[in-house]
Amino acid sequence: MAIHLYRIDDRLIHGQVVVGWGQPLNARFMVLVDDLVASSDWEKELYRMAVPPEMEIFFADVGTAVRDHARYASDPRPGMLITGDIASMYRLVRGVKAIGSVNLGGIHHRAGRTQKLRYVFLTPDEERQLRELEAAGVEVTAQDVPSARARPLSEVLEGESP
Amino acid sequence: MNEQQGGGPGNPRAIVVGHGEFAGGLVSAVGQICGMADKLVVLSMMGMTPEDIESTIRDELDRTGARVIFTDLPAGSATIAARRIVKEDPGIVLVSGVNLATLLDFVFSTAASPTEAARAAAERGKASLIVVGR
Repeated sequence: MAIHLYRIDDRLIHGQVVVGWGQPLNARFMVLVDDLVASSDWEKELYRMAVPPEMEIFFADVGTAVRDHARYASDPRPGMLITGDIASMYRLVRGVKAIGSVNLGGIHHRAGRTQKLRYVFLTPDEERQLRELEAAGVEVTAQDVPSARARPLSEVLEGESP
Repeated sequence: MNEQQGGGPGNPRAIVVGHGEFAGGLVSAVGQICGMADKLVVLSMMGMTPEDIESTIRDELDRTGARVIFTDLPAGSATIAARRIVKEDPGIVLVSGVNLATLLDFVFSTAASPTEAARAAAERGKASLIVVGR
């Protein structure tokens, strides 16, 4: 499979993604799955200008990403797929049924969320969706950068040890 | 210096924001070299949502009257947030890829408006990158 990282990160494209993960994975393409971004030419241009010239970027809403996933996955180049929230990744994984792992990379504080890790805050509904993904056989781990330890979902939901 | 564009005596002329402690380190170096760190505001974006980063930068622009934003990486979330701000207010200048030479040139360009100083400082910053050796 050409997509080496399925990441949930509310900052979408930023340093940790493009450099932190993109360089060690030698990523040559990125699929940004976000309904709002996919519907706005200005947003697409904003993120297109943020990726290095050697990295191609594709934009898709969740429905399009489900439909086109097989094409992304058969791309011979190493790639990454990113969503800005858990709900989008949940819908994608449910629709594709061929995604084996999901990386929690950055889900920051918002009203209704509880802190689990320094960079992971979840609502009860988001917790439920992650548990459902894991129950369906998807490996869910939290890992902000490649040098960090990948923390399994059970550990994430327990929260950071003091 | 055009004080209507921010950066009057005692006022910061620009905001510096980047990953980790990058912004604080750069501004600390400016202070050590020339004692003009008070012309720059340091912002950290650690642990913030994209919306929080954008609103924090907006708040500091409003509070200080600064019209220039320096960021580190073109792909960084601070740069993305700053580009949204510039879209709404084209009078604000964003310089990404900032380095120490850029900031030093900027703080010394007191005769120019902050935005003119930023454009000139970006050129100085580019020229400061040199490679020595084979």
